Amino acid sequence: MGNNPEELLKTAEQEEYHHLVNRVKPKPPLLKNCIWAFVVGGLICVVGQIIMGFFINLGYSRQDAVSLESVSMVFLGALFTGLGIYDKLGEKAGAGSIVPITGFANSIVAPAMEFKREGYIFGVGAKIFSIAGPTLLFGFTASVLIGLAKLVIMSM
Amino acid sequence: MGAINKKGRQTFIFADPPYITSWASIVGPKEGEGPWSSDFDQILPDYLWEEDSWEKTESKMLREAAKLAISKQGLQTSDIELMVAGDLLNQITSSNYAAREIGVPFLGLYGACSTMAESLLVGAAIVDGGYCERVLAATSSHHYSAERQYRSPVEHGVQRAPSSQWTATAAGAVILQKGGSGPRVSCATVGKVIDMGQTDIANMGAAMAPAAVDTIKAHFEDTGRPHDYYDLVVTGDLAAVGLSLARELFVKVGLVPSPNFSDCGVLLYDGLQGVDSGGSGCGCSACMLTGPFLRKVAGGEMKNILLVSTGALMSPTTTFQKESIPAVAHAVAIENI
Repeated sequence: MGNNPEELLKTAEQEEYHHLVNRVKPKPPLLKNCIWAFVVGGLICVVGQIIMGFFINLGYSRQDAVSLESVSMVFLGALFTGLGIYDKLGEKAGAGSIVPITGFANSIVAPAMEFKREGYIFGVGAKIFSIAGPTLLFGFTASVLIGLAKLVIMSM
Repeated sequence: MGAINKKGRQTFIFADPPYITSWASIVGPKEGEGPWSSDFDQILPDYLWEEDSWEKTESKMLREAAKLAISKQGLQTSDIELMVAGDLLNQITSSNYAAREIGVPFLGLYGACSTMAESLLVGAAIVDGGYCERVLAATSSHHYSAERQYRSPVEHGVQRAPSSQWTATAAGAVILQKGGSGPRVSCATVGKVIDMGQTDIANMGAAMAPAAVDTIKAHFEDTGRPHDYYDLVVTGDLAAVGLSLARELFVKVGLVPSPNFSDCGVLLYDGLQGVDSGGSGCGCSACMLTGPFLRKVAGGEMKNILLVSTGALMSPTTTFQKESIPAVAHAVAIENI
């Protein structure tokens, strides 16, 4: 790196090429993707709502019903991943099926299925959180920090 | 002092062009639904082919394609003096494990998706150099073994970018021989590694197009052949996005291959197969060569082709380390002489 003419020429060429690539590259169909994400994400939430209503009707408290609903949705996400349906849904829905908790289940079950061939320890065991790992690490860290912050603020 | 069989900067001219006496292709179900289904020797019913992992399936495809090319010519595996092969998987295991079964002297190559041209080039040089009389050149790729190595687990529900490519499930093998009959490998241009600073692994065509153009330009300059010399100049796996970029770059360098310039990644599938930009993988140019192209050249439908297989040379590690994608392309001229 530096100011020698060859380097500068190379950088200029790369920049020019980068512009060309951006011009030729097909753009993702944003509106279509958004509609798919909205509809599928919304439908997953409707299913969650129905399940929650079901547990409330069984006589559970609202808080228990919410927990049971999350567990049920994780189960459904895992089930549909196992049936090979969730990835096809994800191809269309994008964020619509990644953001809900079913997407979290998908991101754990998919590597578990994939790496079963390498055995339960070094395959499933080692790789199961290869996608969800960052979410877990930073999610836990954030929850601990917020908990500490709450503790400090409440004690003031 | 110059090398006697080299012309220009990077082109090998074969003094006694080796013959491609036999060839075979095995493709996956999706490739078999494309426009060339009748040209492939075997179309697999599913992606596992009675194996228990995709890696084993890929190696079996390479091995069986090699055996098929050998048996089509009425030969035994022991008649092969050398096997040159490579593939996309770490440590080129598909080729190594296939070579273990075939049991002949073996040279493993890694050129990512450029391996079909690279193995032809190396094989032809060895035959023409008089080191072997009969060499087997082969390569393979498998959609799912490549996906799990380079991208995310197959069942993970993520959206594909419109510029992304579909790794072909395909294997191709050819036998190169001194003497015989069939199309001949007349010359070959070894490509340089070109990196134009592209970092998007969902747009490999953009990373590889400059390498393809550089090699094709060098080929015409070195050989002095006119730009319309070949009935078909065909790149390996630039796919739709890369092909458009290559066309633009050709205009820029003042060279337009004619009458026909296309890409195996564009040709392999038809537009409705959900492959976005098009096909990719070692098997992409391998099955197009050992499927339709060699049949057409041997049958006289085309008198010659220039196969320019293109390879993107990154790994998942370099991608995570935010390195750009280097690419290489090798050109092999196949003609009826």
